[in-house]
Amino acid sequence: MTAQDFIQIFLFFALLIGLTPVLGNYMYTVFTGKKHIMLPVFGWLEKLAYKSCGIDPAEETNWKSYTFGLLMFNLIGFIFVFLMQLFQAHLPLNPANLPNVSWHSAFNTAVSFMTNTNWQGYAGETTLSYFVQMLGLTVQNFVSAATGIAVLLALIRGISRKTTDKLGNFWTDLTRSTLYILLPLSILFAVVLVGQGVVQNFKTYETVQTLQGAPQIIPMGPAASQIVIKQLGTNGGGFFNANSSHPFENPTPLSNFLEMLSILLIPAALTYTYGKMVGSTRQGWTIFTAMMILFVAGLSISLCAEYSANPIFGHLHLMEGKETRFGITNSILWSTATTSASSGSVNAMHDSLSPIAGMIAMINIMLGEVIFGGVGAGLYGIIIFIIITVFIAGLMVGRTPEYLGKKIEAFEVQMAIIAVLAPNLVIQLFSAWASVSSYGLSSLNNAGPHGLSEILYAYSSAAGNNGSAFAGLNANTVFYNLTLGFGMLIGRFGIIIPVLAIAGTMAKKKITPLSAGTFRTDNWLFIGLLIAVILIIGGLTHFPALSLGPVMEHLQMNSGVTF
Amino acid sequence: MKTIIISIKIFLFFTILTGAVYPLLVTGIAQVVFPEKANGSLIVRDNKIIGSELISQQFDTKKYFTSRPSAVSYNPLPSGGSNYGLTNLKLKNLVAERKKQFIDFNQLDSLTVVPSEMLFASASGLDPHISQKAALLQVDRIAKTRNFNTIQKQNLVQSVKNHTEPPQFLVLGEERVNVLILNLELDKPDRNITNNK
Repeated sequence: MTAQDFIQIFLFFALLIGLTPVLGNYMYTVFTGKKHIMLPVFGWLEKLAYKSCGIDPAEETNWKSYTFGLLMFNLIGFIFVFLMQLFQAHLPLNPANLPNVSWHSAFNTAVSFMTNTNWQGYAGETTLSYFVQMLGLTVQNFVSAATGIAVLLALIRGISRKTTDKLGNFWTDLTRSTLYILLPLSILFAVVLVGQGVVQNFKTYETVQTLQGAPQIIPMGPAASQIVIKQLGTNGGGFFNANSSHPFENPTPLSNFLEMLSILLIPAALTYTYGKMVGSTRQGWTIFTAMMILFVAGLSISLCAEYSANPIFGHLHLMEGKETRFGITNSILWSTATTSASSGSVNAMHDSLSPIAGMIAMINIMLGEVIFGGVGAGLYGIIIFIIITVFIAGLMVGRTPEYLGKKIEAFEVQMAIIAVLAPNLVIQLFSAWASVSSYGLSSLNNAGPHGLSEILYAYSSAAGNNGSAFAGLNANTVFYNLTLGFGMLIGRFGIIIPVLAIAGTMAKKKITPLSAGTFRTDNWLFIGLLIAVILIIGGLTHFPALSLGPVMEHLQMNSGVTF
Repeated sequence: MKTIIISIKIFLFFTILTGAVYPLLVTGIAQVVFPEKANGSLIVRDNKIIGSELISQQFDTKKYFTSRPSAVSYNPLPSGGSNYGLTNLKLKNLVAERKKQFIDFNQLDSLTVVPSEMLFASASGLDPHISQKAALLQVDRIAKTRNFNTIQKQNLVQSVKNHTEPPQFLVLGEERVNVLILNLELDKPDRNITNNK
């Protein structure tokens, strides 16, 4: 690594940390209904939404109604995207004349985009029309991210309110997140990206004759508008198959830097918003610090692994599946960011990462997508771990556990455990199934331990709603489309429903005032405990499988073994 | 029931707003402010489109600079990498093959260190760039094929250097040179390959 590499990493962190309070404070003003700068611009759209849809923005609901609204809204999105793909050949805006999508691939993709996963079993440029990409997928990119924020807001209200059963209004949370946060940032970034060379048009694919005289078909499309929101909304689903390694999605180092920053921007800033909303920015920075420590640790290990020599390739820079303009450092910074946040967009092929860097990517997902995590989802995910941490700390000192003045009782802990177990079960059980069945194994692209890693990564990605892949695995089969589809559903709603239930019961509780005996949740001791709990739960669950996959592969590689 | 109706209505609202109005708005701005880039940075020569500056092409004749290896044979439908793991025997063999091929093709000393981007396939399969070093290693072979004299050859070296893009703002990304642009320079009829950029 050179000094320039370190400067890039430093710049990235400096901007991320610097923007956290700025954007965090702005989001606080949006979510608490205060005056803000986007109100004069899009305020009329908010009013229009409520008026045209018959929503009373002042009406608040309890957790069950909030959850019901959320599930209905998601279900309708799913049906819409599913049907659109099944009939795309009969729909407009299909200049490449792409045929209808198979039912199982359509199911997988519809679930994938609804759950903010954006796992892609298909290749965009040869599967989906502009119509489906825009009216189907771009929409889900926005609303699935907004759904994540809505769940977070309900949880925050559950924590900060007392003796009430009202958790807010799902429709206003959804609308405000989309109109005032996701949409303005998307328009801004999209224009900048086009300036760097990202395509944005409705032209037919361009057939050209190359310098050597061979024909080449260059795909086109409204890519920039979708790419921006896939980054900002931690969605990750590329317009083209190669995702953000495609020169049309990510043409320059600047576009790369901005796209990388936009993965973590909102999840990081939400920690500050959280702090403001619960009345102590210190609580927010505590969470931010815990996330940042895990992030830097993962990044450092991955960089060491990638820059190390090995007996197979000697001192060659490991450029397989990486782009010249980004080099190794930017590829690894991205792979760490995209797996920590549940984005899943890639600028390098994770399948070809060195075994340890690939493992870190996998671990970032397996830990529950709480290192910044998905928009909204990362923060409510880490609050689940906070509940478990204060519970364990409470057991150790023999006091009733409390968080921000709220007593943590049996119900909250049960729900937290369900939320932690749901995705982990998906990873372990489905991976086990795939790795002993012929229809699971026939999709592999690599033999030996790396084959197991491909399977393990796929189900981690689905359960964590990440969406990146060890993409050699041919996942566009009935078996993978269905199991990964159900994995995504369990990984999404198996957390959202318990979280909203926790929000519901927390809102009803009284707030105990701070006393000398209160267990502090805003200091270094707590940061240490929280990180330990996250690592122990993730480690105990996944270490055996990891040791047979990437760890084994690393050891084999270092003795020069190939498969 | 009321919830279901609201769900449908607001879903349609967002579909129109974020699925139609937003992409159209961005397209409108993009087509006015950056029309060439929004349309794929296409390169026109003799009134014919010969490719995109951003999408690599296959170059296997001796008179052109060679692009990076591509797992999709430079066919953008669909883009992608090899997805080979580092312990995959196929990858090990491919790298050895490409190394030998690069050295033979360019008639280099067998101990030459071949830049790694010429040995490994890119992520997109469409990576338009190579390093300056990889380009310079090909100059002798191209000059010989095109019967360049010493001055023309020096000009070619200079052309490679002129077209080398430094890291953006001097810190972001890597130094690189666009293969298609270099080859277009080579084909310019006046053979005056000193770039006057």
